[in-house]
Amino acid sequence: MAKLHVSCTVNGDEVEFLCAPEETLLDVLRDGLDLTGSKEGCSSGDCGACSVLLDGRLVCACLVLGAEAEGHAIETIEGMADGDALHPLQRKFLEHAAIQCGICTPGFLVAAKALLDTNPDPSEVETRYWLAGNLCRCTGYDKIVRAVLDAAAEMRGTDHVAT
Amino acid sequence: MSQLKWVGTRPIRPDGVDKVTGRARFGADFSMPGMLVGRVLRSPHAHARIRAIDVSKAAVLPGVKAIVTRDDFADQESVFEPAGEVTVNFRDMTRNIMAREKVLYEGHAVAAVAATSVAVAKQALKLIAVDYDVLPHVIDVVAAMAPDAPLLHEEMITRGVDPAPKTPSNVSKRSEFGFGDLDAGFAAGDVIVEREFTTKPVHQGYIEPHACVASVSADGQAELWCTTQGHFVVRAYCARLLGMEQADLRVTPSEIGGGFGGKTVVYLEPLALALSRKACLPVKMVMSRDEVMRASGPTSGANVWVRMAATKDGRITAADAVLKYQAGAFQGSPVEPGAMCAFAPYDLENVRAVGYDVVVNRPKVAAYRAPGAPIAEYAVESVVDELAKILAIDPIEFRLMNAAKEGTRAAYGAKFGSIGLIDTLEAARDHDHYKAPLGPHQGRGMASGFWFNIGGETCVSLALNEDGSASLTLGTPDIGGSRASLAMMAAEELGIDYDKVRPSIGDTAALGYNFLTGGSRVTFAAGMATVEAAREIVTEARARAAKLWEIPEDAVTWEDGLVKPAGDNAGKFDPLSLADIAEIAAKTGGPIAGYARINAQGAAPGFGTHIVDVEVDPETGRVTILRYTAIQDAGKAIHPSYVEGQLQGGAVQGIGWALNEEYIYDADGRMENPGFLDYRMPVASDVPMIDTVIVEVPNPRHPYGVRGVGETPIIPPMAAIANAVENATGIRFTELPMSPPKVLKAIDDAAAAAGGA
Repeated sequence: MAKLHVSCTVNGDEVEFLCAPEETLLDVLRDGLDLTGSKEGCSSGDCGACSVLLDGRLVCACLVLGAEAEGHAIETIEGMADGDALHPLQRKFLEHAAIQCGICTPGFLVAAKALLDTNPDPSEVETRYWLAGNLCRCTGYDKIVRAVLDAAAEMRGTDHVAT
Repeated sequence: MSQLKWVGTRPIRPDGVDKVTGRARFGADFSMPGMLVGRVLRSPHAHARIRAIDVSKAAVLPGVKAIVTRDDFADQESVFEPAGEVTVNFRDMTRNIMAREKVLYEGHAVAAVAATSVAVAKQALKLIAVDYDVLPHVIDVVAAMAPDAPLLHEEMITRGVDPAPKTPSNVSKRSEFGFGDLDAGFAAGDVIVEREFTTKPVHQGYIEPHACVASVSADGQAELWCTTQGHFVVRAYCARLLGMEQADLRVTPSEIGGGFGGKTVVYLEPLALALSRKACLPVKMVMSRDEVMRASGPTSGANVWVRMAATKDGRITAADAVLKYQAGAFQGSPVEPGAMCAFAPYDLENVRAVGYDVVVNRPKVAAYRAPGAPIAEYAVESVVDELAKILAIDPIEFRLMNAAKEGTRAAYGAKFGSIGLIDTLEAARDHDHYKAPLGPHQGRGMASGFWFNIGGETCVSLALNEDGSASLTLGTPDIGGSRASLAMMAAEELGIDYDKVRPSIGDTAALGYNFLTGGSRVTFAAGMATVEAAREIVTEARARAAKLWEIPEDAVTWEDGLVKPAGDNAGKFDPLSLADIAEIAAKTGGPIAGYARINAQGAAPGFGTHIVDVEVDPETGRVTILRYTAIQDAGKAIHPSYVEGQLQGGAVQGIGWALNEEYIYDADGRMENPGFLDYRMPVASDVPMIDTVIVEVPNPRHPYGVRGVGETPIIPPMAAIANAVENATGIRFTELPMSPPKVLKAIDDAAAAAGGA
């Protein structure tokens, strides 16, 4: 079957690509556009390692077809920092040592950003349920949740720090 | 020791920014121009003889560049060879990476293809015809030991039994550890508890599937990029399986997306090399999650019988255990370390642990965090809890009355040096958590755990650069922040800023042999080597200053990161920093670098004690973890955040093992839950914060007192949770996982029994 021509934006840049009808957005990002920050852990939407934003909505890129990106705005981990200025979530993940192996980290950061975009002051429980679609096998989630709550506090401009 | 500047602090890890920006390159992130896609054909049967494999149709499919089967791998002799802390048998290994006479589990590799696209590779797999003679299979460990069980290896005679059995069986080996007089010990006890436990295989559950790219050139020299815990081990295994010189194979490890022991073996790597050698093009192979679950190693499921006796005043007088571990399709379960660890936390006079290593039609087990110990200690810590309850002694006090300490002869034979079990028990007893009130349907449990930890072969290179910065080259893949802790030790020794030490993981051509990242060894062993390499630089710096000042070397001292004259008699010279020394290196003798090559000895055991509160929902059987505290002796926490992370991560893996994770098989021996939806690992909403307490009883054999920490934390959770559930419900669970249907059934059965009484 012929490849499809798709136009969309990725991290604000206009992008055109050709993809086979069965190729996922994750395949396109990783293999077509060389944006390997989104990870493939399961290809079934269960691990969240490929989390990206599609028009601001959190999705698993492995559950979106490449062709479905037509006309939409995609945001990936590669677009999260502003040049050398890290997003507060990225900084807090580093400060809290919320990373062990780091394979799940891009997905967690994108998912956490989606949370804070809609809820700037989440409780610990809200944070845990929002991030329940992202698997981490290394950290036991403790430091990840603390990092997200601390980033939220900093972004709100309060001096509350999760301890 | 003088005031430490870096050790014990919490700087940002050197690889951190790459990991929060998506720049870090993991196994599947590497590509090469002209690269082919490799895919594996796997057995649909749990047990079958392969009559024939016909690849002729696939071979002529346009786009197919190479196909490999059993015929492409030379057979290997059956010899048990030591490889670091494990023993390998290359006869088994070559059969595990590619089935020969038989397929021994569903998912066993039968053929592999390299093609120009995923679509062509998948089509080619469908065109390969395998003629199977399906055989009866066995997946349960007790059933596999029965005299009439289907045999996986018709020639296998149980080792460790004298005289050797006359007939083959699925029991690969019997092992026994212990000493004393068990009969006398049991006779001396006032109470005896005897229980039989079963556990299910659980997968390491790393989020990153196995992945590699192999490129073999026409002259036989090869490069391999892969995600692994030990690229030198990958080189050794692949070179052996493919008949290559080790020097002809350069292996570069990617960033590794979790391993927990599961990435200490080879699966795809020899296949990708064989395909690349045939196709004369690079080949990339990545497992799907389904393949990871069906074909890569979980840890054993097991059946464990434990019998222990104690006196009324709380002294354990005898301990006996029989452990039967599934090895998967080939011998080599972790039953021996399991048997050695089972009673290690206790000071015993009469003890025995017998282990059976049993093959079954499941994927060959791989190491998983403290291999073997969590299963054995789950059983023992459950029985110890029951003894304490019968004797009406607090479970921590009961353990303190019997705890191993310095000088105790461990059940497996060794005499303990300085150990911190008692310190962790006392920290648990004195913790707020242990005294907090509980509500209805809630219970508290605790358990301890022991793991050996290892040292082993390690090479490290540390170069003092011309500008005074330092490049630290390591041969142990960094799986959880070790580049940070090793750079911190280098900075401490060199007296320069942490940011001036840049650690990286070198490939197999960059350094001498390094055993893999495992056995909780890296911060200990690579730390020791890093310190040795740094001290070599300091010695050299003193020599260079002596040359410059024209005074004897022993008249130059090293203090606070500066070389100085030893005293007024030595002469009056301004102190020099390492940067000053580096600047004049060319004029004083050339480049300055340290290189340490050690076989690290003196890894000290790790003990931990965990406390957990649970609530058991009598309507659904769900066990909720309300509060969790993990306490462990780290010797010395170089970077405390990453030590805490090991404790927290291990505890949550243990929670998954205790409550949900298991392999489910159908009647034909096919796995029914090979994905994260149905193989249910803990998610963020399943667990609370995991409190940690780091106890520091220094290891005298390490320059900073380090003990390994990574493995011990997965040992206590299963028993701690089972003990908590018992306190909440009055029901002693002896099977894992304690998933909601099983807990609900037990509650209902208990209620029915009480109602009927």
